[in-house]
Amino acid sequence: MSSPQPQMPQAAPAWQAAPGSAPHPGGPGYTSPIPVVRTHLGNAIASEWTKIRSVRSTMWTLGVFVLLVVGIGLLTGIVVSSSSSDLSGENALSLGFFGLLLGSMCIITLGVLTTASEYGTGMIRTTMVACPSRGRVLAAKAIVFFLVAFVVTLVAASLVAFLHVAMLDGNGAKEPSGGEWLKSTVGISLYIALLGLLSLLIGSIIRHSAGAITIMIGTVLAPLVIALFMFSESLQGVRDALFEYSIPSQLSVFYANSLNTASQSGPSGWDPLWIILGATAVAFAGAFALQEKRDV
Amino acid sequence: MIELEGLTKRYGEKVAVNNLSFTVRPGIVTGFLGPNGAGKSTTMRMILGLDHPTAGDVRIDGKHYQQLKDPLTYIGALLEAKAWHGGRTAYNHLLCLAQSNGIPRSRVRDVLETVGLTAVAKKKTKGFSMGMGQRLGIAAALLGDPRILMFDEPVNGLDPEGIHWIRTLMKSLASQGRTVFVSSHLMSEMALTAEHLVVIGQGRLLADTSMADFIDRNSRSYVRVRSPQRERLLDVLHQAGIVAVESGDGVLEVDGGKAEHIGELAAQHRITLHELSPQQASLEEAFMQLTAESVEYHAHSGTSPASPEPPRQQWGDGWKRG
Ligand SMILES: Nc1ncnc2c1ncn2[C@@H]1O[C@H](COP(=O)(O)OP(=O)(O)O)[C@@H](O)[C@H]1O
Ligand SMILES: [Mg+2]
Repeated sequence: MSSPQPQMPQAAPAWQAAPGSAPHPGGPGYTSPIPVVRTHLGNAIASEWTKIRSVRSTMWTLGVFVLLVVGIGLLTGIVVSSSSSDLSGENALSLGFFGLLLGSMCIITLGVLTTASEYGTGMIRTTMVACPSRGRVLAAKAIVFFLVAFVVTLVAASLVAFLHVAMLDGNGAKEPSGGEWLKSTVGISLYIALLGLLSLLIGSIIRHSAGAITIMIGTVLAPLVIALFMFSESLQGVRDALFEYSIPSQLSVFYANSLNTASQSGPSGWDPLWIILGATAVAFAGAFALQEKRDV
Repeated sequence: MIELEGLTKRYGEKVAVNNLSFTVRPGIVTGFLGPNGAGKSTTMRMILGLDHPTAGDVRIDGKHYQQLKDPLTYIGALLEAKAWHGGRTAYNHLLCLAQSNGIPRSRVRDVLETVGLTAVAKKKTKGFSMGMGQRLGIAAALLGDPRILMFDEPVNGLDPEGIHWIRTLMKSLASQGRTVFVSSHLMSEMALTAEHLVVIGQGRLLADTSMADFIDRNSRSYVRVRSPQRERLLDVLHQAGIVAVESGDGVLEVDGGKAEHIGELAAQHRITLHELSPQQASLEEAFMQLTAESVEYHAHSGTSPASPEPPRQQWGDGWKRG
């Protein structure tokens, strides 16, 4: 007997005797003593916040994310600072790139699970019955997830940035400028959170966790891998574009050491943020339209 | 009050719900009866705005489900399949529902108490038995103390004690003036709880009648008589003004509870009887007859008629309204 047994149920609801719930108060039908409120987006957000914090997968994905970002950050910091290598003019922030590239997989997974797991478990029916405005559900999920992903990434990325700057003080690293600080903390966190939001929307469109995660990881990795296999000269242009606009290379733009420095083309500055913002907006419109149209 | 008007749902070629029109009234338990695959769950999903109707309309107190701003305080529903995340605790599952409708947190404890899940409130729902799952679904339905309740096959997976509890609960909810709409594929279950009955088969309305009417019409009592001197017995019965019908295999059926009378007549006329047994046609049989042509999956095919469209029994039409 490992499963807990329900206690003896009562034969009738406990609130039956509550004042104001006498049979047929004020004519036919039943009037509840519970105050009726007109719900709004805030109610849906509170609900989604309870949902996201009450499942293990959130703790797992975010836990592994922080572990990867901080762990890899520490490792690269130790390796570079203990070797006699000279950063000669590079700023120390750029070392944060590797941890966040790997960590983005966790945020993608959490994003997909936020929507797709509701379809997998059947929870989505309960959700939609409780909140028939499907747009409100999607918006609430998007807001809650985005804030969680942004805050967690910001904390992890900032921690790693401070660590690197402190550790590599004696290695000839350049003092990072204010703009560089901003891009490698707030900038990268906005980008990663939007990447996760894009995953959340793909999860809502695909309605299948494994499928949507595969699609998103493919989106991150495929352009780079495909570009690697384009040897032909005639494909040089396509190859460069795939390479420059691949998500890892967009991530690197937030650090001074852009992977694109050789070609001098492709996104630079804050461009990657506008690119992912556009993609997310399109995906949001698609997910919203499909959600309205389809049966749950 | 739930009003359906020509409600139709097609999944590709398959017509799951076909032009359904009926009204579910407050203050009574309305049973929604039909064999598996009749379209009960699909109809309920359309009422809740989950599936879009192909044609027709369904309104709750005159409004579409989408127009309800705090739906859980208006209508509570137990869905057919388990509809929650197994990794969440029962308490958190109900809490997120309460929050989405601005229902006070205290209600979560109340409904857990009502369905008897307080002891497992902090346990993950994936460890729940089927019966506990049904109780959680019912707790979610009761959360907003709604005036309309809809249960899709609520007794599935419940033990006898649980079944008794849900019957009592449904009746007490209806007696408070609420609208209670409950589906089942078991006539016997409906006979015990429902005051009004809506029967569907293959998505079509077969009957919309009060339970009392249904029982009156269908619980025919008769006497089964077998005798080696059948012709003589028929004569004797005829002279006594008793109508007997032959029902094959030499069996006679006499309507009404006249077993003693028939036995005495037979004795007077020295007629040997091999059987004299009072019978009661069960409601289950009546239901099966009513839906005979619309059952999706027959267990046997030996008796199924060769004609593609068997003559539809008309006697159910008498109860249809509108
Ligand atoms: N999403 C769906 N896609 C395709 N067919 C469906 C779907 N839902 C239900 N059906 C079909 O519609 C019919 C009615 O199903 P359902 O409403 O579940 O019946 P019931 O609840 O009365 O057993 C069945 O034949 C079922 O196979
Ligand atoms: Mg069903």
